[in-house]
Amino acid sequence: MIEFLAAHVAVAAPAGAAPTTAPPAAHAGAATVTPTALSGEVTILEPTTVTLTERRVAVIGANGSGKSTFARLINGLVLPTSGYVRVNGLDSHDDGRAVRRQVGFVFSDADAQLVMPTPLEDVTLSLRRLRLGRRERADRAREILDRFALTHLADVSVHALSGGQKQLLALAGVLATEPAVLVCDEPTTLLDLRWRTRVNDLLAGLDQQLLHVTHDLEAAARADRVLVIDRAHVVFDGDPASAVAHYRELMTGQAQAPDEP
Amino acid sequence: MSAGPGPVGETGSQPPGRRRRAVRPRWTGPLGLYSPGHSWVHRLGPGWKLAVLAVVSILLTVFQRPAVAVAALAGALAVLGVARVPLRATGRSLLPVVVVALTFGAYQWWARDWQSALVTSASLLAVVVLATGITATTRTDRLLDSMTRSAGPLRFVGIRPQTFALTVALVLRTVPALIDLAWDVRDAARARGLDRSPRALLVPFVLRAVARAHTTADALTARGLLDDDGVDGP
Repeated sequence: MIEFLAAHVAVAAPAGAAPTTAPPAAHAGAATVTPTALSGEVTILEPTTVTLTERRVAVIGANGSGKSTFARLINGLVLPTSGYVRVNGLDSHDDGRAVRRQVGFVFSDADAQLVMPTPLEDVTLSLRRLRLGRRERADRAREILDRFALTHLADVSVHALSGGQKQLLALAGVLATEPAVLVCDEPTTLLDLRWRTRVNDLLAGLDQQLLHVTHDLEAAARADRVLVIDRAHVVFDGDPASAVAHYRELMTGQAQAPDEP
Repeated sequence: MSAGPGPVGETGSQPPGRRRRAVRPRWTGPLGLYSPGHSWVHRLGPGWKLAVLAVVSILLTVFQRPAVAVAALAGALAVLGVARVPLRATGRSLLPVVVVALTFGAYQWWARDWQSALVTSASLLAVVVLATGITATTRTDRLLDSMTRSAGPLRFVGIRPQTFALTVALVLRTVPALIDLAWDVRDAARARGLDRSPRALLVPFVLRAVARAHTTADALTARGLLDDDGVDGP
């Protein structure tokens, strides 16, 4: 269960930046948003209160809307300027490490997530956290690569993998420690259709609670609950079909009338 | 001759007198990748190999004499030979370092004398060749395990051996990625006709390298790899 309690993120405004303007009033469903605006600050995410218990939650929104920050609040990569974020009762600020043990995070750029020179070593590194003997760690790592159909790439240089293979490997590394929750920040944005389908199917089949930030509206439509974030606010929170429709309206509206700075 | 363009590579469709250019893989840094083998070098423990590298580096620094430097280089090359490291791939990865070593040597020759030139070039090459030999004959995770063990004393200065080992792995992993980045930046500058401008090449490279560092840091934090979980190796 993921809880946001008036979680708000603001940063010091660079010189010359204009304050964020509130978007037009919209259906906000179960998520409540209370706007604040302090001078000298740029709000990345307005204070948001929402409780996510559904197994599949998707978050959609324009670039720069705040959805990546929303995702990073969950595993404590970004700490709220005010308010709280809790995962299964653990606070992201007070129990950051415990939260990160429970929350796996997948970035859109797979390349930067892969730390070791070969896939087998990378998955083995993830497994170092679980106190296993060296032989057991190696066996478990091979098992995991097997599960993701990456066995034939176990000793190949990570540098030589395709984008899709890298993302699959990143997923394998993150799921190796069996987190309770998985947060994916646009994992398929850089992938072609074939890999996008493969990754989305994989995500759909997971046991974990999944929060999927995505531009892929078809993938979002498969979720149990969809949040639409626009300009630092959650502007829609509800069933996938209506959320996607609302989002499309929002984007076409903004395309026709370019937003003011 | 068929009407219309032939398949790629069909010599009949090439203009006369133009040869096909060889396609070479990009340079991915001076340190070679692990290539499995059965030589005694492969079988030697990583701790010993690292110790030899350390001792050779110290000797080369203390005794700066042409005979010592050349002997070290010959020894390093012998190690590569015994380990049957793939010659072409390794030679290609070492080429830029050879160029740099020769350049330094040339400068020393002009500034001082041929003995200093020989010492500089040969020492640099010897150390890099030996290091390449090590990475080519040791699985990275074993190398890291060994470094973690020997870095134990660093604990007293507040550096966790785990973190030290992880840093080394990251360097091995990041060098090819940064080189890729440099090529991308050069391509972008070229497309704009700016490939002679140092600023158009350096600024994006530095910014993107730093951005990548931030993303890597986020990923390391998210995966909890820097946490003090108390797991100390095999």
